[in-house]
Amino acid sequence: MTDQTASANMRAGSMTLSLMPWIVAALVLVLLPQIFTANSAITIMNQMAITIIFALAYNMLLGQGGMLSFGHAVYMGVGGFACVHIMNMDDFFASIPLVVLPIFGGLFGMGLATIVGSFSTRKAGTVFAMISLGVGELIAACSVIIVAFFGGEEGISGDRTYAMPTFGVEFLQQIEVYYLIAFWLLISAALMYLFSRTPVGRMANAVRDNPERAEFLGYSARWVRFYSFVASGFFAGIAGGLFAINYEILTEENLNATSSGTILLVTFLGGVGFFFGPILGAIAFTLLQTVLSLETELWAFYAGALFVATVMYFPGGLAGLIMMHVPAIRLGKGSRLILPYIRTLVPAAICILGAAALIEMIFHYRHAFAGDEEMTLFWITFNSHDVLPWIVAVGLTLAGFFTARATAPALLEAWGDANTPDRMQV
Amino acid sequence: MTAALHLDGLRKSFGKTEIIRGVDLSIERGERHAIIGPNGAGKSTLFNLITGRFPQSDGAVRLHGNDLAGKAPYEINRMGLSRSFQITNIFPKMSVFENVRCSLLWSLGYKYSFWHMVGKSRELTEGAEAILEQINLTNRRDLPAGVLSYAEQRALEIGITIAGGANVIMLDEPTAGMSHSETDYIVDLIRKVTEDKTLVMVEHDMGVVFGLADRISVLVYGEIIATGTPETVRADPKVQEAYLGEALEAEH
Ligand SMILES: Nc1ncnc2c1ncn2[C@@H]1O[C@H](COP(=O)(O)OP(=O)(O)O)[C@@H](O)[C@H]1O
Ligand SMILES: [Mg+2]
Repeated sequence: MTDQTASANMRAGSMTLSLMPWIVAALVLVLLPQIFTANSAITIMNQMAITIIFALAYNMLLGQGGMLSFGHAVYMGVGGFACVHIMNMDDFFASIPLVVLPIFGGLFGMGLATIVGSFSTRKAGTVFAMISLGVGELIAACSVIIVAFFGGEEGISGDRTYAMPTFGVEFLQQIEVYYLIAFWLLISAALMYLFSRTPVGRMANAVRDNPERAEFLGYSARWVRFYSFVASGFFAGIAGGLFAINYEILTEENLNATSSGTILLVTFLGGVGFFFGPILGAIAFTLLQTVLSLETELWAFYAGALFVATVMYFPGGLAGLIMMHVPAIRLGKGSRLILPYIRTLVPAAICILGAAALIEMIFHYRHAFAGDEEMTLFWITFNSHDVLPWIVAVGLTLAGFFTARATAPALLEAWGDANTPDRMQV
Repeated sequence: MTAALHLDGLRKSFGKTEIIRGVDLSIERGERHAIIGPNGAGKSTLFNLITGRFPQSDGAVRLHGNDLAGKAPYEINRMGLSRSFQITNIFPKMSVFENVRCSLLWSLGYKYSFWHMVGKSRELTEGAEAILEQINLTNRRDLPAGVLSYAEQRALEIGITIAGGANVIMLDEPTAGMSHSETDYIVDLIRKVTEDKTLVMVEHDMGVVFGLADRISVLVYGEIIATGTPETVRADPKVQEAYLGEALEAEH
């Protein structure tokens, strides 16, 4: 009896618990631009929010449905192109509030996903992956063929301010666009989360794990995949619509394989195993892309290295890394990890920064204009043709590496200890 | 009254080798039917033909009089036939509870719904919990199914087979690899959950077969050499010679 009341309490508790993250997220979204007020910060946040929606949509396929797509940018892209065309339909556009425009993007993304999904979702695995790649290339190639829709190499552009004002707001300022995007981010994320709790969303997991068994339980694996695919196309299209509103221009770049590859990278980096994984991935990647690209031309190299490291050592992504600590924290022993972490991760960070410094110095040494021997790294300006900076960088890298290696066993031991219940408690 | 399951001249060849060589069999509604026979006789293949996992080379399978030719496994399942597998076939990354709940979805009419919340449905939660109680896995509820012990996975396999409330249940070696006490438990469970249902099972444990089955068919080299009540089959000299003698001796 106590057991039953306890589990009833737990369920009632989990109701409020499950609403909490959404309330916090809404508050954070409202407050962020009050903290980061610079225009550039808002630009970054807009880009981040759009990427989050796209990555979550992508993970409906990859993480939840077990479908690896190499051409998902086309659903976002087509949604975006459709929205720019609507922006250019003067009378119609003037009769709708800008806030509803992304729905059209969603519908176009969904329409395309319905057509492609009708044949691509018959099988998962390699067949699905290859079809997604082929269709992606095909539609990207269409951008120079169907110029009327895709606008050829220049793409097409529109003006969001021609829409009917929403409560008097004309979306002339970035901050107004921010709140529009944030609104859609919250709605889309909530809807995608709810989708994962529906019968077809649950069966998407089942089909991912074992399509054959799902068929013996009354579900056609193919149709389960199809519905996930269509839903994912819808939310990708929403992201496309928001992109159209934010940038007011779409080009071939929004459709091509590079964009499709990027979203795979973003999603995997964040972690496909948890709903919030792609959110982390999109935040981390956008920061890398925007902030790091201001600092170094080699940012894509670091992003690639990070991706390879993730695939090889942390296949659970950032979300997996975080969730890995839940057992230790549940046992109340999470704090025992702090010191060992500092002892290993600080030297590891020094090693990585040292290596990055070496890479930057080599790059500067080889590619800077002749005579330009001065470079700035980590707020220090020095001559890249002197020997001393090289010695320092190599020294830091090696010292960091060997210190991290020496302290790693202690960290491992602490990890094991933090994850075993204490005798006394049992 | 039409038979629950009717096999008519069923044949299956893999390449040149014919594995099922003309099987005729009628299983009545409410009957508990055991299929026994040596390893490699084609028992699992017969199951695979009936449940649409492979197409037959010739002959027909009828479920309550409906021809199953060309039907996919999910269609056959929706017609009220559910099966378990000899090699455990579950959803290893999903929780035990999720495994069972997914097997309830179609039968409770949720289909491909994207407007119901599974967590909000009492019938789903309570139905799945009742099954967990039956298969003794309540205390494993939230573990990923893949980490369960072998016997627990077998119990789950049976759980997700029966959860949907199909009226024809087919179990392929449900007790294989289980200890005596586990076997007893599973047999009780099978008896309980197949009350008023048609049961077709492949089983090697003769104690289980003779205790549970109303009728037995003996499959040897893709042919049924005898069908009948446990007593007649046990007394059949052909069966003695081909299979039972060995199998009964092996029991001792
Ligand atoms: N998919 C298949 N392809 C080729 N041969 C198969 C296949 N499935 C089963 N067989 C063969 O059919 C024969 C019967 O196998 P099976 O039905 O598993 O026997 P049982 O379940 O009675 O032990 C075996 O010789 C096996 O090798
Ligand atoms: Mg077998």
